[in-house]
Formats: sequence, structure tokens, C-alpha cells
Amino acid sequence: MTSGIPIIITALAAFTAMLAAAFGQDSLFQAHMTVLCIAMAIACIVMLRNLKFAPDWDTAKPAKANPSEYMDDVVRAGVIATTFWGVVGFLVGVVAAMQLAWPELNFQPYFNFGRVRPLHTSSVIFAFGGNALIATSFYIVQRTCRARLWGGGLGWFVFWGYQLFILMAATGYLLGITQGKEYAEPEWYVDLWLTVVWVAFLIVFLGTLVKRKEPHIYVANWFLLSFIITVAMLHLVNGLTMPVSLLGSKSYSAFAGVQDALTQWWYGHNAVGFFLTAGFLGMMYYFVPKQANRPVYSYRLSIIHFWGLIFLYIWAGPHHLHYTALPDWAQTLGMVFSIMLWMPSWGGMINGLMTLQGAWDKVRTDPILRMMVISLAFYGMSTFEGPMMSIKTVNSLSHYTDWTIGHVHSGALGWNGMITFGALYYLVPKLWGREQLYSLRLVNWHFWLATLGIVVYAAVMWVSGITQGLMWREYDSQGYLVYSFAESIAAMHPYYVMRVFGGLLFLAGSLVMAYNLTMTILGKTRDEQPFTSVTPAATPAE
Amino acid sequence: MKDHKEIDDISGVETTQHEWDGIKELNNPLPRSWLWGLYGTIIFSIGYTIVYPAWPGITTNTKGLWNWSSRGELATEISKVEESRQVLGNQLVSVELEDVSQNADLLQFAVNGGKSAFKVYCSQCHGSGANGGTIYPSLIDDDWIWGGTLEDIYLTLQHGIRYEQDDDTRLSEMPRYGADELLERNDIVDVAWYVRQISGQEFDAEAATRGQSVYVDNCAACHGDKGEGIRELGAPNLSDAIWFYGNTHEEIVAQISEPKQGVMPGWNGRLSEVTIRQLTHYVHSLGGGE
Repeated sequence: MTSGIPIIITALAAFTAMLAAAFGQDSLFQAHMTVLCIAMAIACIVMLRNLKFAPDWDTAKPAKANPSEYMDDVVRAGVIATTFWGVVGFLVGVVAAMQLAWPELNFQPYFNFGRVRPLHTSSVIFAFGGNALIATSFYIVQRTCRARLWGGGLGWFVFWGYQLFILMAATGYLLGITQGKEYAEPEWYVDLWLTVVWVAFLIVFLGTLVKRKEPHIYVANWFLLSFIITVAMLHLVNGLTMPVSLLGSKSYSAFAGVQDALTQWWYGHNAVGFFLTAGFLGMMYYFVPKQANRPVYSYRLSIIHFWGLIFLYIWAGPHHLHYTALPDWAQTLGMVFSIMLWMPSWGGMINGLMTLQGAWDKVRTDPILRMMVISLAFYGMSTFEGPMMSIKTVNSLSHYTDWTIGHVHSGALGWNGMITFGALYYLVPKLWGREQLYSLRLVNWHFWLATLGIVVYAAVMWVSGITQGLMWREYDSQGYLVYSFAESIAAMHPYYVMRVFGGLLFLAGSLVMAYNLTMTILGKTRDEQPFTSVTPAATPAE
Repeated sequence: MKDHKEIDDISGVETTQHEWDGIKELNNPLPRSWLWGLYGTIIFSIGYTIVYPAWPGITTNTKGLWNWSSRGELATEISKVEESRQVLGNQLVSVELEDVSQNADLLQFAVNGGKSAFKVYCSQCHGSGANGGTIYPSLIDDDWIWGGTLEDIYLTLQHGIRYEQDDDTRLSEMPRYGADELLERNDIVDVAWYVRQISGQEFDAEAATRGQSVYVDNCAACHGDKGEGIRELGAPNLSDAIWFYGNTHEEIVAQISEPKQGVMPGWNGRLSEVTIRQLTHYVHSLGGGE
């Protein structure tokens, strides 16, 4: 199975981590390196147990006999990781929501809201979303290039390297190690590791593209490539820091003041733009036409909206800094580029939805396709809401309120979550060679639980966000503030409780999915009424 | 290739004749409404960047049509509000504190302004409703530590309590009877029982009797013979049911042994004279004002 070199490298890494733990300059670094050392040691032992001593020419032959065959093991692992991290991320989200509703649930110091929140955001965006993107991009690029994943074991390195990044990031948050940059919380050494993994990801993806057997590069791959390259650039620039010590957990940003804020939101907004939008559009461009079994609506639209999106998104970050120390001119540009982004974003929705032309009847009978359709609907809604919230007048009401949280969740749960669920339901039977899913009815359950959960969540956050915004700017006739901040917090309590309910619905849906996928992988089929149309058209006339 | 076009049966639209893993593409034009939407947002954006400061140059940026700036707008708004408050504000500063209540408009101005400032600067410790918290005094009752007249409240607000940065701050420090070994442990236990006795709580009669003499020798000078407190010294009343640092025997022992000494910042120089006077009238109006 495994050869010697990875084992030696892992063993050396475990030893180095042990040294780092012993000589660490601060207790947090020592604790974090101990975690790393244990993880490396476990990995090393697992690999040793799988080591085959048979000579190379004997075992390697069957694999080499059919080199054109797709490399799907790593995709299978990615599908499992995506499902697992999804459930974890949603669960932590429910915990964080409960902490806001009932502050007694803040368990100091490891499980206070300040540490649980980045654990939630990172596990949903980077662990769930990231694994989904890596797995589906490996699947898509092989199919649409008709080429095996380039780089041999490098694909596996990307997968396991990324899991190590998630482990180090998550344990770091709970220990209290953070750069304090939203969505870029991991400290310098974890950042460096992610850089290595991401470059490997880029190399695997590019290598596969280069040796493709198709004359053209499919649109999904443009989006995926732009996602990989841009995220690398964003990560490198925003992560520029000077460590206090090479054996310490603390570092200081290369930027200061408003430059730091702008760099952070240039990163933060494009993490949304290229990770959660471009990357997932790549996913959409493969799975929607496949599931609908229809051609993509417009090639021209895909070109124009791709370049529009790529060109405009990168300038929109300053809208996160309206009415701050950021100069007015930069705020203006951030706003207008966000407004111009509206149509390029909607191009993806139109192209996705119009692809269903001639297949709309399938939405009734195919809950997987229905999931993809609703994800495009949420995508359209949140990419309209985003430019609207970037308008300074709207932003002056919405900024710093729960409205933003609602917006992010209608995008993340509605768009990213639903399209990923759709892709997982598509992939699992194919990857494990099953004829069908364990149960389509459970997919339908998942669909409704998740949709209701998102609707509850988003609606509640709109109400609470606008309430907050109005309370904060309420002045009496003489121009004096009417409410204290604490009063606005007290007013939020009922909404925070309702949000927990919405989150629980969404979490329940994901558990149904995890069960359904597990049973499918085990090769079972549920004894159930077939999921077909109830229209009378199917009944023959007598 | 272009000679024989491939037409999609369902939509009747030609394809691009590419195919990836079974996925084809239709050669539909850009949807009209989409294109007009794109043009519309671009035209709006160009217009907006002409009107407002937008494009950076080498030394400065374009200033827009009427030199708008967010700081300028804020300054205008603030000066407008300040202007509207100027007449009453000047009046508030020039009139004696006691005389404000004779002018209904002025009193309303003072109390409203104070209420708003209280939410921003005071509610963190004293609570939104000014009812205090575990170690912060309530301002809605008549149990004042440093006095509840307008003058007293005004002085407290200006200079704070045990606020080192202000030379005129209200200063009183209860000795650390236990930590500095000024009293034996037994005496502290006894006097704490006596304090419970004079405040009408359950007590150990024997110990309280012993404690009484300890009280007279050590405590009465500040807290008064009957424990009624002396406001000039900031010594709280010990004979009522209102407690600052707790009324159990252990809590009283702890306070005598190593007293907590709360600090309130002085606001002189940080808030305007008008705001401090507004806060004075607001706090005075909460129910306990004397």
C-alpha cells in the first residue's frame, strides 16, 4: 500500500514536533506541537501497519497496467471527509447559536464563544466546503479532461495534508491560538503548512489539465482553477506575518492600521468570492448538467460571467469597511465594484437554472435535482442581497448587525450547503458502484429539513438585524440616543432562540444525509415507495 | 466542423459541438435582460464615481462633484445638533444646579441628555436601569455613599472615586484590618457578628457583644456610633438592608479583612461640562435625589 518515503517523512515530522514541543517558547506552542506530534505518530503507525514488503515490480504492476483509469480513492475519502466535517461544522454552529441565546453555555476557557465561533466558521467553510471542493474538483477534472489525476500519490498528500491543516487550525482555536483575522485565524506555522498543501493542490490540478485528452477546457475547470490560484494569492498576502519566535505561536502582521484592515477584507471578501462562489460554481457547472442530463444553457454567458466575476470580485472587499478609517475613495470603489458584480454573479444562476430547460419536470421527481435548483435560488438571492448591502446607505443600517449573519448563512447553507449535498448524493452511488441511493425519500426529508432550517434562520436574522440597526440609530427629538447597547442585546434574545431552532433543523437534515450516504456505501437499499410524480398524467386513460 | 451544425432537440438551439463527459453546451446568446442589467450597473457605477470621491491618483484622489467627504458630512451633522442644543446648553452651564428645576424646558433638556449619556458611559457598571450590580452601587435608591444632593453627585461625576488621575477625587480607604494585621482574626469575626446585629440580621449574640467594643474602638469613627455611615468620609451605612459587597457573615469578614475598594473614573476633561451637568440631573432624577 504505502511506500517507505512517506513513512520516513512522517516519522521525522513527529520527531521534529516533539522537539518543538520540548523547546517551545510559550505553553500554547508546546501544547499545539504536542497535538501535532501525536497526530504524526498515529499517522506513522497506521502507515507502517499497511506497509507491504513485496518488491515494487510485483505489486505495482496491476496499477500500472491501466494508468488511464480515474483515481477515485482520494475522491471517496474526500466525500466521507466532507460529510463528516459538515455534520461537525453544523453541530458547532448550533452550539455557538445556543451560547448567544444562553450565555451560561460559555465554558471557559476552551469553549467560550470567542473560540467556538472560529471553530464553527472554519469547520463549515474550510473543512466542509474545502473538502467538498477538493473532492469534487478531483472528480470533475478527471472526467472532463478524460485523464487520470496527475501526480500519483500527490493527490493523497493534498487530502491528508488538508486534514492535518484542519486539525491544527481547530485545536489551535480551542487552545486560544489565533491571528485575530476573520477566516484567517490560524497562526503562521499552520499558514505555512496550508501553503505547501495548496501549492500541491494547484500542481495536481494543473498537471491533470495539461495532460487532458479533450481539446478544450470545460467551464467548470476555469472556475476551479481560478479558485485555487486566487485563494493561494489571498492566503499568501494576508498571511504575511513576522513570528515572534520560530518556536512560538505568536506572530505580527506585516500590515498595520487601516492597511491591515483593508488587506484582511480584501482576503475575507475574496474568500467568499473565490472559495465559496467561484469554486462552488465550478461544482455547479458539472453536477447540474449531469443531474438534469441537459446541455449547459449558454457557452457565451459562461465566458462573460466568468471573466466578469473574476475581474470584479477582487475589488469589492472595501465594502466591509464602510464608514471606517478607510479613505472615502476606497469605500466608493468597493461599493461600485460590488454593484457591478451583481450581474456577473447572476450569470451563474441563470446559466444553471436555464440548463433545466426541457428538464423542469424532473424537479418534481428528483429530490437531488431539486436540491441543486434551490441552491441556485439561494445563490441568486444572496448575490442580490450582497451588492444591495454594499450600498453605503443600506450598509449604514445593516453593518455590524445580524443581517450580515443572515446573509452569510443564506449563502453558505443555501448555496454552498445545498449544492454540496446535491453533489454528494450524485457522487456516492457512482463512486461506490451502487445502482442507486439507499433512499430517495430520505433525500426529500433532507431537502425539506434543510430548506426550512435556512428559511427560519435567514428570516429571523433579518428581523433581528434590522431591529438592532434601528435601535442603534434611534434618537429622540433633541438628538439624544434612546437605547443603550445592552438594551439592544436584550431585545435579540427571542430571535437567538429561534435561530437555534433553524440551526437544529439544518443539522437534523445533515444527519439524515450522513445516514443515507452510509447505508448507500454499505450497499443497502431502503424498502420504500418509489419516488415518482403524483401527476395524473401517469395514469392511463380507461 | 461548422458545416454540419448540431442542434439540441428539445430547445432547438445549436450546440458548441464540444462535449465533456457527456456535457454539451448550447450556443445561446447572452440573455437580453441580463446584459442590460450589466450595462445598467456599469453606467450607475461610472456616474457614482463622478459624483463621489473615487479614483486614486498619485498624490490625491478625485473629489467628486461637490467635494463630499464622510468626515465632512459627520462634522456638519454634529455641528447642526450642537447648534440646536447650544442655547439650552449654555443656559445649563450658567444656571446654578438647584435652579434648573425651575425651568421645565431646561430640566427636560438636562434629564434627556443625561439619560442618553448614561447609556453610553455609565451603564457598563451601573446597569442600563442604573440599578447597579454586585460591586457597583445602585443609583435609584436613597442610600448614598457620598451624598445624593445635586452638588454631591456633580462632584462625584467630575472627579470620580479613588480615581488616581484626579487630585480632587473622592478618597477614602478602609484599613485592611486582616491583611495588615490591625485586628486579630477573632476580633474580626466578632465585629462582623455585631455588624449583622445592628443591621437587623440573625447574629451570634455572644460574639456580637464582644464585637461591639471592637466596633466602637475601630469602626465607629467612620461608620458612625450606630453604623449609620458618614457621607463626608464615604463610609457606607451599615445598619440598613442595602449591601454593597454582601451581607453574609463570611462576606462581612472578608470585607473587614481585606476590603474591596471600588473605583469610579472622574469625567472632567473627558465629557463636556454640559454632559456632566446633564448626567448630574439625570442621576438626581432617578428617585433617590436629595
